[in-house]
Amino acid sequence: MNETANPPATPETSEGPRAKITARNVNVHYGDKHALKDVSVDVPEKGVMAFIGPSGCGKSTFLRCINRMNDTIPICRVTGDLRMDGRDIYEPGLDPVLLRARVGMVFQKPNPFPKSIYENVAYGPRLHGLARDRTELDEIVLGALKKASLFDEVKDRLKDSGTSLSGGQQQRLCIARAIAVRPEVILMDEPCSALDPIATAKIEELIDELRSNFTIVIVTHSMQQAARVSQRTAFFHLGKLIEDGVTDQIFMNPRQELTRNYITGRFG
Amino acid sequence: MTDPALPPVMNRAAAGVDFDSAEARARLKKRYRAEARFKALGLLAVLVTAAFLGFLLVDILRKGIPSFFEYRATLQITFDPAVVDPKGTRDVADLRGADYQALVRAALQAQFPEATDRRARRALDSMISSGAVDDLRKAVLADPGIIGQTRVMPLLLASDADLFLRQRETLITRLKGSGPLQVQGEGSNITLRNGGAAFRVALAGTKSFLAERRRALLAELATLPPAGGNASVDAKRNELEQAANAIQARITDANAPETLTDREPSLLVSIGGGILKITEIGPNDAKATTLVAPRPGSLITDWSVLTLRVPETNRRVNDAVSAWLETLAQRGMTEKAFNARFFTNGDSREPELAGIRGALIGSALTLLVTLLLCVPIGVAAAIYLEEFAPKNRFTDLLEVNINNLAAVPSIVFGLLGLAVFLNAFNLPRSAPLVGGLVLALLVLPTIIIASRAALKAVPPSIKEAALGIGASHQQAVFHHVLPLAMPGIMTGTIIGMAHALGETAPLLMIGMVAFIVDIPGAITEAATVLPVQIFLWSDLPELAFQSRTAGAIIVLLGFLLVMNAAAVILRRMFERRW
Repeated sequence: MNETANPPATPETSEGPRAKITARNVNVHYGDKHALKDVSVDVPEKGVMAFIGPSGCGKSTFLRCINRMNDTIPICRVTGDLRMDGRDIYEPGLDPVLLRARVGMVFQKPNPFPKSIYENVAYGPRLHGLARDRTELDEIVLGALKKASLFDEVKDRLKDSGTSLSGGQQQRLCIARAIAVRPEVILMDEPCSALDPIATAKIEELIDELRSNFTIVIVTHSMQQAARVSQRTAFFHLGKLIEDGVTDQIFMNPRQELTRNYITGRFG
Repeated sequence: MTDPALPPVMNRAAAGVDFDSAEARARLKKRYRAEARFKALGLLAVLVTAAFLGFLLVDILRKGIPSFFEYRATLQITFDPAVVDPKGTRDVADLRGADYQALVRAALQAQFPEATDRRARRALDSMISSGAVDDLRKAVLADPGIIGQTRVMPLLLASDADLFLRQRETLITRLKGSGPLQVQGEGSNITLRNGGAAFRVALAGTKSFLAERRRALLAELATLPPAGGNASVDAKRNELEQAANAIQARITDANAPETLTDREPSLLVSIGGGILKITEIGPNDAKATTLVAPRPGSLITDWSVLTLRVPETNRRVNDAVSAWLETLAQRGMTEKAFNARFFTNGDSREPELAGIRGALIGSALTLLVTLLLCVPIGVAAAIYLEEFAPKNRFTDLLEVNINNLAAVPSIVFGLLGLAVFLNAFNLPRSAPLVGGLVLALLVLPTIIIASRAALKAVPPSIKEAALGIGASHQQAVFHHVLPLAMPGIMTGTIIGMAHALGETAPLLMIGMVAFIVDIPGAITEAATVLPVQIFLWSDLPELAFQSRTAGAIIVLLGFLLVMNAAAVILRRMFERRW
C-alpha cells in the first residue's frame, strides 16, 4: 500500500515527560514470519499510551517484547534496541523474571488463579519478598485491591475463589494482582475485549486513576477506548508502526493517510 | 456495508435452498434414516457389551460366592487327657505334638458306631479337614484348661465332604415315601416292602438312567466306521452292541427289578435316623444293606428315598461317607459359616484351607514398590517433557518411544525383568521387589502419558498470569500448573496401578508363579500376587479350586472397582473450572 517510510520517532523530550521505554528498529520474527518491522517508538513515563491497529498488525507482539513474554515462544526472535530507563531489556545479564516484576501485565481474558482472592493478590508480593510478615502482606494486598477499586466489592469474601467473581471483577483482580508487585510499567493486552460495557467503563476509570503512578501501555481494538483513556497513541499496520503521537492529534489530525483511513473506518 | 452487489447474491442463495420439493423431502428422509440407523447400531453395541458383561459377572458371582462360605461339622469333642497330654505335664511341646486326629475320630465314632474296620475308620478321617485338627491343637494351646472337658467344636469339613453337602459332587433328589414301609431283617440283609409310589419312581429313574446310557452307547457306535473293515473296530462294535442290547433287555419291562451296582445312581433310604442302601429294587419292594443303623422297629411311616444321581464309582464321596454326611446334616450337626480362612490363609494344596492372604499381601507389596518408583519418575518425566524439554528431534523420538512403550506386550517387560533384574543384578527371584520394578516399567508410559495430558489441559493463561507477575517458568509450573494438573495425574496413576494390579504375564517370567504357602513379610521374600494366584488355581483339577478361583476373581474385581471409583471420585473432588 502506502510505502511511506516509518516516520522517525518524534522526539518529544522537550515538550512531554521523559521516555520510560524507548524502542529503536525493533524487529520480531516468528520463524519465517516477519511480525514486527523496524519499530521505533518512545513510551513516556506516567501516562497511558495506546497501541491501535487491525488484527495481526503486531501491536500485541510489540507489547509482549517489552516484558519479554515472547521469550516463552521458542521460535520467536527479537532484534533491535529496546530500552527501559536507558537499560537494554534484552541485555544478556538481565533476568527476564525480574524484568517482569517491574513490568506487570494484564491479559485479554481475565485469568485469576483458581485460588482465593487474597491468595491471588498475595502471590506476587510473596514471590518477591515484598512483605516481611503477615501484617505487611495484608497491607499490600488490601492496598492493591483498593487501588484496583475492587476492595469494597470483595472485602467480605477475600477467602472466596477468584474465579467466583464476575468477568469485570476478575479483570480488576488481575490488575490488583499486577500492581501488588509495585511494577513501574503495566502492560494491558486488550483488557476489556471479554467484558461488557459497564465492566469496561469501570476498567477504563481505573486505568485513568492508575496513570498518575504507573506507566501504562494498552493494546486495544476499540478506537473510542484509545481516545478515552490514552494520552498518546501509536498506530500499527502490517507489522509497521505507521504513526505515533499525542492521542488528540492522531484522532483529529493524523499525519498519515493510512491512519486516517483506519480511524474513519475505511478498513479494519 | 452498503454494497450494491449483495442483494443478488442473497437471492441466489435463497433460490438454491428449497425445502418443499420431492427431492428435498427425500433428502430429509434419508438423513432421518441415517440418524435412526446410527442410533440403533449404537444401542445394539451397548446392549451387546452389557450382555457380555452381565453374563461374566453373573457367572463369576455364581461360582465365586460359595467359596466365601464353608461347611463345618459341629461335634462333641472330648479333650481326653490320655490323648492330649498323656504325661500330664501340660508341656507346650507335648501338647503341640499330641494326636488330635484321635479326638476327631473318637467324636465321629461316637456318632457312627458301625464304622469299626480300618477302611471305615479311614473314610471317617477323610471327612474332616486337617485344618480342623490344627484348630483343635490351637484351642488347646490357647487354653490348656479345656483338657478333660467336652465341648462342641466346629470342625472344618474336607473339600470333598463340603462339595457333597453343596450337592456339587452329585445331585441329590428326595422322594418322600408314602404309606408304611415294612422293614425286615438287619445288617446287610434287609427287605423293604411298600405299596406306595416311591419305589416305582426310583425304579423308573434308574431305568431312564440306563436308557440314557444306552443312547450314549448307540451314539458312540454310530461314530465308528462300518463293520467289515478293521478287526479291532469290529470287536469294539461288537462290544458296544452287546452292552446296548444288555441294557435294552433290562429296560423293556418297566416293572422288572434291578440289581444296583456302583455304576448306577445310588438309592439310599432314610428311615428312623438311619440310612440304608438299596442293592436290589422292584416296584413294591427292595433289598437293602445298612449304612447307618436306624432305630429299631419294623413298620415305619416317615421315610424317603434319596437318589444320588452320579454313580458311586464316579464320585469322590462313596455311599458310606454320603450316608454319614447326610445323617450329620439330619442330626443338625453341620453348619454353613463364613469362610474366614479364605482371607487369612496362604495358599494350600487342600482346597478348603487355601486362602488369598499371601497373594493379597504380595500384591500390596508389589504395588507399593511400583507406586514408589513410578509416581516420582513418571510425573517428573511428564513435567520435564511437557514444560521444559526443548522441542527437537531427540525429544520427538523420546515421545514416540514412550507412546510405543505403552503398547508393548507385557510379557516383553517380563523378559526384560528376567534379563536385567534377575540375571544381571542378581535380585531375588519371585520377590515383590522385582515384580514391582517390572510393573513400574510397564506402568510408567501410562503415567507419563496421563500426566502430560493433565498438564496440557491446564489453560496456558494460568501460566502466563504467573509469568506476568514475575514468577520464573519453574515457579509457574510448580506453584500453579502442577497443582491444577494433580487430579488428572492422580487419576492416571490410579488407573495405571489398577492395570498393574491385574497384570499376570510379566510376573510369570520373574518366577512369581511358584506355590507359596507363607505370607510374605518383606519385598525380598518369595511371594505371588492375586492374578497369578487365580492363574495357578484355575489350573488345578479339583472342583473346589474352581470356586476358589472365582472367589479370588471377585476379590480382585472388587479391588479394581474400588481403585477406579477412587480415581473418579478424586477427579470429581479436585476438578476445577475456569
